[in-house]
Amino acid sequence: MISYADACRIINEHRGEAAAVTTMTQSGYWNKISEHPDLDMGISNGMSKASSVALGVALGDPDRNVLCLDGDGSLLMNLGSLATVAGMGPKNFHHFVFNNGIYAITGGQPLPETGVRYADAARACGYKATFRFDDLESFENSMAEIMATDGPTLIELIVTPEPATEGVDQTWDSNAKMPSQLRAMRKRLTGKDDWGPGGPFI
Amino acid sequence: MINGILHPSKVVEQLVQHGVTHYVTLPDSETSNMYNALMAEESITVVPVAREGEAIPIAVGLHVAGKRPVVSIQNAGLYEAGDALRGLAIGIGLPLVMFIGYRGHNRKGDTPDSAAVFLEPYLHMWRVEYFVVEEDEDLDRVPLAFDRAEKTNMPVAVAIGTEYAPEEIE
Repeated sequence: MISYADACRIINEHRGEAAAVTTMTQSGYWNKISEHPDLDMGISNGMSKASSVALGVALGDPDRNVLCLDGDGSLLMNLGSLATVAGMGPKNFHHFVFNNGIYAITGGQPLPETGVRYADAARACGYKATFRFDDLESFENSMAEIMATDGPTLIELIVTPEPATEGVDQTWDSNAKMPSQLRAMRKRLTGKDDWGPGGPFI
Repeated sequence: MINGILHPSKVVEQLVQHGVTHYVTLPDSETSNMYNALMAEESITVVPVAREGEAIPIAVGLHVAGKRPVVSIQNAGLYEAGDALRGLAIGIGLPLVMFIGYRGHNRKGDTPDSAAVFLEPYLHMWRVEYFVVEEDEDLDRVPLAFDRAEKTNMPVAVAIGTEYAPEEIE
C-alpha cells in the first residue's frame, strides 16, 4: 500500500503549473505541501463532486493540466461522472483516486463494496488510459509517463487507510475557505479579480 | 406539456447575446428540440452529464476558468442536484443562470405532477430567484435572469414552462 503523504508528494513533484481539485483526506495532505495555493481548490462543501468541478476547469482551461485528487467513497457517490468525463474527453484531465476502502473522514466505516476496481470502471467508461498502483516504487517510476499521457486518465492508488479520530467541525471560517479558494483560482486563471462577494460565507 | 410556443432558436439567440460558452445539460422529454438547436450553434459547447447533480459542479469549474456556463436540467433533476445547489452554487455565491424544465406545469394551475407542484416552493425554500418562460413573448425575462445572477452573485432560475416547439411551428 501507499501512504497518503507519499502519494501526494509524488503527484506534487510532477505537478508543474497544473490546477488541483482535491477533496476529503487528500485535501489535508495536499494543502500541507502545495506550493501553488492559488491553483488549488478543496471541494469541502460539495460532497463527491470534485471530479465534476475538475472537469469544468479542464474544459475551461484546455491548455493547463488539471489534477483531481478524488477518494473512492467520493467517486462512488458520483460514479456517473466517469462517463461524463470520458464523453467530453479532455486531454488535460488526470484523475487520481485514493482507494482505501473506507469512509476515512467519518471514522473508517467500510464502503458498501470494498473490491471495486476504479481503473477498470474508468476504462470501461471510455477514459483514454488507466493505471493502478499498490506500491510506491511502481507509482513513482510511472508518474512521468502518466503526466505525458493524453487524458482523460485515471490513476487508482491503493492507499493505507487513515480513519479520522475526531469529528469535522463546520464553522463559518472553514466554510468560507472554499469560496475564497475558488475566487483565488479564477483570478489566477483569468488574470481578473472580478468575482465579487456572494453567498452566506463571503 | 404545451402552454405556449417557445422556439429554441430564440433561446439560443439569448444565450449567444449573453456570451454563454457552455450549456451543461441532461436532456429531458421537453427539451429535445432545444438540444438540436444547440448542437447547431458553434459558439456554445454542449456538456452532457450522466446525472443532474454533476451539472452545477461542472459549471463551477467552468466559471473558475473564466467561461460563462448555463445549466439546463428538469425540475426533477434539480431536486436530485439539491446538495450541489446548496454547497456549490448558493454556498459559494455563484452567478449562474439555470434553465429548469418545468415538467408538469399547467398555466391553468391544475397539475397531477408533483415535479411541477414542488418547483416554485423548492426555489423559494432555497431563496433562488426565478422567472417563468412559457412562450417567445416571455423571453425578455432571460436578460433579467442574467442581470440578477451577476448583480447578486447567486444562482437564478429560468423555469421553462412549456415544451420547446419545432422551429417550423408558428
